[in-house]
Amino acid sequence: MSRIKLLLLQVLVAVVCVLAWHVLTAVPHGNPFLPPFFFSTPYDVALQIYKWFADGSIWRHLAITLTEATFAFIVGSLGGIAVGFWFALQPTAAAVLDPYVKMFNSLPRIVLAPIFTLWFGLGMLSKIALGFTLVFFIVFFNVYQGVKEVSPTVLANARMLGMNERQLMQHVYWPSALSWMFSSLHTSVGFAVVGAVVGEYLGSSAGLGYIILQAEGIFDIAGVFAGMFVLAAFVLVIDAFVTWVERRLLVWRPAAAETRT
Amino acid sequence: MADGATAEAGARESAVAAAMALRDVTIAFRLGDGSVYNAVDRTSLSVADGEFVTIVGPTGCGKTTLLNVAAGLFRPSSGSVNIFGAELFGLNRQSGYLFQSEALFPWKTVIENVAIGLEIAGTARSEACERAQKLLARVGLASFGPRYPHMLSGGQRKRVGLAQVLIRDPKILLMDEPFGPLDAQTRQIMGNLLLDLWSADRKAVLFVTHDLEEAIALSDRVVIMSAGPAARIMGDWRVPLVRPRDIAEIKLDPAFHELHREIWQTLKSEVLKGYAQTDGG
Ligand SMILES: Nc1ncnc2c1ncn2[C@@H]1O[C@H](COP(=O)(O)OP(=O)(O)OP(=O)(O)O)[C@@H](O)[C@H]1O
Ligand SMILES: [Mg+2]
Repeated sequence: MSRIKLLLLQVLVAVVCVLAWHVLTAVPHGNPFLPPFFFSTPYDVALQIYKWFADGSIWRHLAITLTEATFAFIVGSLGGIAVGFWFALQPTAAAVLDPYVKMFNSLPRIVLAPIFTLWFGLGMLSKIALGFTLVFFIVFFNVYQGVKEVSPTVLANARMLGMNERQLMQHVYWPSALSWMFSSLHTSVGFAVVGAVVGEYLGSSAGLGYIILQAEGIFDIAGVFAGMFVLAAFVLVIDAFVTWVERRLLVWRPAAAETRT
Repeated sequence: MADGATAEAGARESAVAAAMALRDVTIAFRLGDGSVYNAVDRTSLSVADGEFVTIVGPTGCGKTTLLNVAAGLFRPSSGSVNIFGAELFGLNRQSGYLFQSEALFPWKTVIENVAIGLEIAGTARSEACERAQKLLARVGLASFGPRYPHMLSGGQRKRVGLAQVLIRDPKILLMDEPFGPLDAQTRQIMGNLLLDLWSADRKAVLFVTHDLEEAIALSDRVVIMSAGPAARIMGDWRVPLVRPRDIAEIKLDPAFHELHREIWQTLKSEVLKGYAQTDGG
């Protein structure tokens, strides 16, 4: 399928959905299937989005959510890489701490949000902390796997070529771990955004989660939907960026593996 | 027969310090259920400096295992390995090892894969790449430098592996079925290429193959291993053919046929005997 055709079909899905939404909130006249009070209308939502961008008020919220997600991603990745390497190269530490890692990972992060607010306040820090707990584990598991799953033959070859421990790290473990980490980039970046938005939703004074919460507070359904659409578009843009980065970082992968993400 | 071959090898070995000498090497694997699998049993083999020795044996007899021991990647259960007269502990740094399975770094380009051996030894990157490029040209891959390994055919990858090993100029070359997955024509081309590269500075080579014809055409000595378990060396032949050789032409030589017939008769009966032992024990 050509790119143009694919894009057209993707747009078609959106058009059909919006059209159905419009029809269901408009007919029968006077008493529609979907009452606009609960479901809003495409027109109202579009108008709300237009207003936000026209008066520029949305940019501040987008910038804040983006900043929180970015920091959560960076700090979570650094932590995940560090601990992943540590566990893979120190099997004793890994064995001892394994149940605790599983315990923390199985904890629903949402219960942590109030605690983080208590500890770090209503500002960005508590959202970054929430995003961190999500990103950290994904990166950690992938790096751990990446270091452990290095082909024994490649490792033996590296040793026979004369690599010392530091060079093995640089030329073998590190690229292998990074390739695993990059193959989960979509998930970890997505979770960084989720952490930021959920954190904002549960208590903040700015960000996309905050404007959705505000709209809900006054039963402004158009505002809620508009917030969700802006969030969706925001995630799509970030995802496209991640795909672009990935293409450049994983050129050495066979095509089959590239599309597997 | 086997004892005679071992004694002969032993006598040669004592005369000059061989490039590599395995003495009474026994290799046993502990299996998951706690039992022990005896793969190679009290095997001795020596390779003189500048000598090209080929091991031929049925699949699973322990050829790769023996090369791993020679490379110092695996410690034998008993016996010793000597490299230029010194006993080997740890990795055999004097040898280059061309592995049977994929061993290139998939995240490095072809030229980086070849240059890495020099780079980690401290050579400047530009110089390492320059020499890698020359070597790539020697193995007929001059224009493949910027590719990644997954973009190469099996035979091309083997040639990159060869360049990767040769760039460090090791004194001993261990090669595990380097032409295994290739078709007959390509094998001949690769064989001639290998002989060509080898004749420049005559390293000691320990080469593994399934193919008896290839073994005779390439080597100075052909060593036959029996089928496992407890595989042993069952015969050791000198190849009296002149060098330089052309793999395709040498196969037409009557002396080649004579030797091939002789080795094959022993190989056949010994291998059958080996199978009989397996069934009996
Ligand atoms: N890690 C291991 N644990 C248990 N058994 C092993 C292990 N590695 C190898 N073996 C056994 O040792 C024997 C020799 O294996 P090896 O890989 O050396 O065979 P090979 O002669 O190289 O065979 P091929 O020609 O197919 O490459 C085999 O029977 C194999 O099953
Ligand atoms: Mg093998």
